[in-house]
Amino acid sequence: MSLDKPYLDIPGTTVFDADLARKGYHLNSFCMSLMKPQNRARFKANQRAYLDEWQMSEEQKQAVLARDYNRLIELGGNIYFLAKIFATDGNSFQYAAASMTGMSQEDYAKMMLRGGRAPELG
Amino acid sequence: MATITAGIACSHVPAIGAAMDLGKTTEPYWVPLFKGFEFSRRWIAQNTPDVVFLVYNDHATAFSLDLIPTFAIGCADEFKPADEGWGPRPVPVVKGHPELASHITQSVIQSDFDLTVVNRMDVDHGLTVPLSLMFGQPQAWPCKVIPFAVNVVQFPPPSGNRCYQLGRAIRRAVDSFDAKLEVQIWGTGGMSHQLQGPRAGLINKEFDNRFLDQLVGDPEALARIPHVQYIREAGSEGIELVMWLIMRGALDAQVREVHRFYHVPASNTAVGHMILENAR
Repeated sequence: MSLDKPYLDIPGTTVFDADLARKGYHLNSFCMSLMKPQNRARFKANQRAYLDEWQMSEEQKQAVLARDYNRLIELGGNIYFLAKIFATDGNSFQYAAASMTGMSQEDYAKMMLRGGRAPELG
Repeated sequence: MATITAGIACSHVPAIGAAMDLGKTTEPYWVPLFKGFEFSRRWIAQNTPDVVFLVYNDHATAFSLDLIPTFAIGCADEFKPADEGWGPRPVPVVKGHPELASHITQSVIQSDFDLTVVNRMDVDHGLTVPLSLMFGQPQAWPCKVIPFAVNVVQFPPPSGNRCYQLGRAIRRAVDSFDAKLEVQIWGTGGMSHQLQGPRAGLINKEFDNRFLDQLVGDPEALARIPHVQYIREAGSEGIELVMWLIMRGALDAQVREVHRFYHVPASNTAVGHMILENAR
C-alpha cells in the first residue's frame, strides 16, 4: 500500500518528503559540505572536480553546474541545503527565489513589496 | 515552583538578523518592521523572564540529513551562534538552563513525547533572530534560553495537534520544577511564505490573520489544520507555524493578547508577532 500524498497537486510546489530526501541525500550532503570555508574554496576552484567527489547522479551534477534550482529540487535537493550553493556564490535567498519563479530579482522584489504572490488554491 | 508567565510568537527571517547586524534598521525598507517591535522591547524590559523556552527550527545548520530529530531539546550550558556559511552572527553566546532543560526532558518523555537530548549544538538564525528582535543588541542576553528544535525541513513535521499536546506536557513539566523561576515560551517561524519553486513568494494575509485570531481564541481548532492545508494556503515553508502551537499549548486556555503585529514583507516572508500573557 502506498503512502497518501495529498500535496502532489499543489501548483509550483515540491514537498521534500521521505522519497525525495532519499533521492537527494548525497546532493544535500554535498551542499552541507559548503558550510566549511576550505570546501567552498575548493569547490570554487574546480566545481566539476569537487562534485565528482560525491556519489551524486550526473543529472544532479549538471543541475548544480547550471544553478538550475527548480531542477535540483526535482532531483531531491532541499532549499535550505541548496542555500549553501547560492550563499557560496554570494547570492541571497531572494535572488534564488526569483530565479525559480522565472522573474528578475527586481520584479520579484517589487511583487513582494506589493504583498507577495496570491496563493492558487485550486 | 516555576511558572510560565507569557508566550511570544515571532517569525525568524534571516534577513532581519542581517539588517540588524549590518546597521540597516533605519532604512525605509526595514523601518516598519522594527517599529512593530518597539512595544515588545519595552514590554520585555519590564517582564524579563529568568528563562526562555525557545521553540524554533534548525535550517540545515546543526542537523544535516545525517540526523533528523523531530523534537530536540538543548540541555547544554551554552550554545554558540552558528556559522551558516557567511560567518557566525555577531550576537552573544546563548546561555542554557541545564537543570530545567533536563527536568523538562524527563517529565515530557514520561508523558509519551520522545525527545532527542542535545548536549552540544550551535544555534542558527531560527533561534537568534527572535532574540535580537525582542532584546535588541545587548552585550549578553538578559536571560537563560532552552533551545527546542523541531524538524520542519524533511516532511512530515510533527502535526499541529502533536505540537499543541506537547506544549501542554511542557507546561506540566515547568509547573513541577521546584525552583522559583519565571519562564516564557516562544514559538518562532512562519508566517506564510514559500522559498522554492515557481510559486515562491507566496503570501496569504487572510490565512495568517485568521491564524493569529485563532491562536488567541480557538487554538484547538488551529491544532486540527492538516499539513497539506498549511502547504497549500500558507506555502511550503508556512508549515513552520506548527511550532507556534507548542507555545500556545503551554499557556492557559484563556490568555490576554498584549500585542499583535503583522507585516509583509521581510525578504520572502510575512512576519507575524504576538505577545500572550497568562493570567497571574
